[in-house]
Amino acid sequence: MRGWIQATVLGLVLALPVLAVPVQAVQPDEILADPALEERARELSKGLRCLVCRNESIDESNADLARDLRLLVRERLVAGDDDDEVITFVVDRYGEYVLLQPKFTGSNWLLWAAGPFMLLLAAAVAFTYLRGREKAEPLQEAGLSPEESARLKRILEE
Amino acid sequence: MITELGHFALILAFMVAIVQTVVPLVGAHKRWTGWMAVAEPAAMIQFLLTAFAFAALTWAFVTSDFSLRLVTLNSHSAKPMIYKITGTWGNHEGSMLLWVLIVALFGAMAAWFGGNLPPTLKARVLAVQASIGVAFFAFIIFTSNPFLRLAVPPLDGQDLNPLLQDPGLAFHPPFLYLGYVGLSMAFSFAVAALIEGRVDAAWGRWVRPWTLAAWVFLTIGIGMGSWWAYYELGWGGFWFWDPVENASFMPWLLAAALLHSAIVVEKREALKSWTILLAILAFGFSLVGTFIVRSGLLTSVHAFANDPERGVFILMIMVFFTGGALTLYALRARAMEAKGVFGVVSRESALLANNVLLAVSCFVVFVGTMWPVIAEMFFDRKLTVGPPFFDMAFTPFMVVLGLILPVGAMIPWKRGSLGKAWRPLRIPFVFALALGALVWAIQTDRSALGPLGVFMGAWITMGAVIDLWSRTGKTRDLSRLTRLPRADWGKATAHFGMGVTFFAICGLVAWKQDDIRVVQIGETFEVAGFTMTLDDVRDVQGPNYYSTMGFITLEKNGRALGQLRPEKREYPVAQMPTTEAAIDYRVFRDVYVVIGDPQANGGWVIRTYVKPFANWMWAGTLLMSLGGLLSLTDRRFRVAAGARKVPDGVPAE
Repeated sequence: MRGWIQATVLGLVLALPVLAVPVQAVQPDEILADPALEERARELSKGLRCLVCRNESIDESNADLARDLRLLVRERLVAGDDDDEVITFVVDRYGEYVLLQPKFTGSNWLLWAAGPFMLLLAAAVAFTYLRGREKAEPLQEAGLSPEESARLKRILEE
Repeated sequence: MITELGHFALILAFMVAIVQTVVPLVGAHKRWTGWMAVAEPAAMIQFLLTAFAFAALTWAFVTSDFSLRLVTLNSHSAKPMIYKITGTWGNHEGSMLLWVLIVALFGAMAAWFGGNLPPTLKARVLAVQASIGVAFFAFIIFTSNPFLRLAVPPLDGQDLNPLLQDPGLAFHPPFLYLGYVGLSMAFSFAVAALIEGRVDAAWGRWVRPWTLAAWVFLTIGIGMGSWWAYYELGWGGFWFWDPVENASFMPWLLAAALLHSAIVVEKREALKSWTILLAILAFGFSLVGTFIVRSGLLTSVHAFANDPERGVFILMIMVFFTGGALTLYALRARAMEAKGVFGVVSRESALLANNVLLAVSCFVVFVGTMWPVIAEMFFDRKLTVGPPFFDMAFTPFMVVLGLILPVGAMIPWKRGSLGKAWRPLRIPFVFALALGALVWAIQTDRSALGPLGVFMGAWITMGAVIDLWSRTGKTRDLSRLTRLPRADWGKATAHFGMGVTFFAICGLVAWKQDDIRVVQIGETFEVAGFTMTLDDVRDVQGPNYYSTMGFITLEKNGRALGQLRPEKREYPVAQMPTTEAAIDYRVFRDVYVVIGDPQANGGWVIRTYVKPFANWMWAGTLLMSLGGLLSLTDRRFRVAAGARKVPDGVPAE
């Protein structure tokens, strides 16, 4: 909660993302002896959200809860889970809120499809417009109003 | 006393802004010159009064006047002077005062430089600008008054958040606000043109410098914020897709689109209605950003309910201005007929493609930012939309944009042929592809990001160079380049900068390396070819903090590169620790060192990051802003600002 408050105060002033407290992230004592396993642990950690921070992965966060989650991920990896099993394990306990990348399921397809759909729509509108411009008759300039002609004359004389 | 005068000046400025909104609008409608003429002096007076109020608040911070509630909450007598000054806008109330000061500043500048505008348009622009001022003056005075006193002043203040005690605070928010608020000028011009019922080439020419200026300021502001995050937050991240960042990025994307579509209005009198819509949306997104940040809506839906007064007020401002302008747009947009006729393959189409990509990518960022709130409200799902989403959903648009950029920049107006535009670009394209393939072949991991960055960077930067080169004509007469309009130099520079930024971001993300370990004092260790020795760790006392400072010697191949002094600070008044990373900045890479906690066995946690091409990112950003500035100094903005378009712009190809 303290993290949220500080983050809000800072966010009020800046477009600077604010992490609650300086980041200490992964501690040396957490690192697994097997480098391949540790590499996988780091990759997985980057996709999991620290529950008490703003948009920060547990790999970057120094909150205690993030540390617990990092240890949990490593525990599961050492126990022999594959990547999907670890993620499923964490999501079952903490909900899909922990996933930094939203799932493709259910109402989320709206989120994922929003960009491509909008692009298609915009491209179609733009193309129709372009075809229209290609065929359009060049419009004659509406002549200048008397006051504008006077103004133009004045400017040209200057 | 000075505080009361400042408070009084603020209220007076509010009154003046009301007058400036109403009188010129009525005057322009009825064609009463006297009433229209009120706008100009009113804009000046409004600015001076606001500036005085702001100066009074700064004075209270500088003299540590703790009878002011705001100063007590955000300052401390032991704070260094520069942070006392910058602390003025390091809080909600003060930063809103800065916001409205800049609104007034732009109004005053429009009054000043707008000598050539037709009187009715000028009166309307200034009136609309003042109405934005009115809304924010009211917001400040009724919900966020910075001049409130305390009945019993405390002996000392509660200090400024230590993360903000940084030179970054001196520049980042002012630049960002100059950008956000600068877009209000484009908005005022758009609304004034809608009221006027007339948009022509001259309008495009008037609105473009303001948009350019706002975009340049936003670019600098975002770049500096990113750099600040990079060195201050302790692990060298530079972009987080945080809602607060997105709030500044969305207006930037739309401003970039507006910048390009205004060219089409100016040169070809087409895309008028779309440009007006963009101008409204660009400022609308500035307001959305302000709303997102101020209301705390995205931090948590509940934080919004805790402080509803401010949030609802800004929501109302947003709905009024964006909604009002869009309604006006719906009523009047049909009056704006396009004049220019052009083929599907033409510069106009290329700029339209640029607009489609920028606007849709802005839409993606917007949906991603708002989705957690939408999903919770309508689908009862509590979820997160984090960086992986934005990386996947946003990046493709930028890649496509980068791909078509060099071709689009060279294709002629009206009707071109792809083959012709493509011919001078064949060699750069093949060369860029080869470079990318080479990088793909030599790098150890199979990540596509590095090669992609190299290819895109090379393609866009070389495209910008070829664009200039093609202007030397058949004779390859280099002296022609010195006679090119500044806008052309600006265009090439900005595009070149975009290529550099593109490359730097991909390179940095693809090739960064990090290392975490416990180091004993006197121990030497190796990271990515660098030899580092932790010589000592000492306690140091700063003006308002205690620091634990590490002394690390950095060497490469036996050659000393310098000493790095990472710090861990504790601010006793604010009761908050910060880390101060030590960075060895070089052309091709940064070495970034952070000191962590002492360990039970006497060692210290040391984190080392090697960040290739980090400086290129800031350099690219600076090049983009420089390009904008070059364009801004173009002769035609200075000379012909008020004259009707003389047929000059379209080069016959």
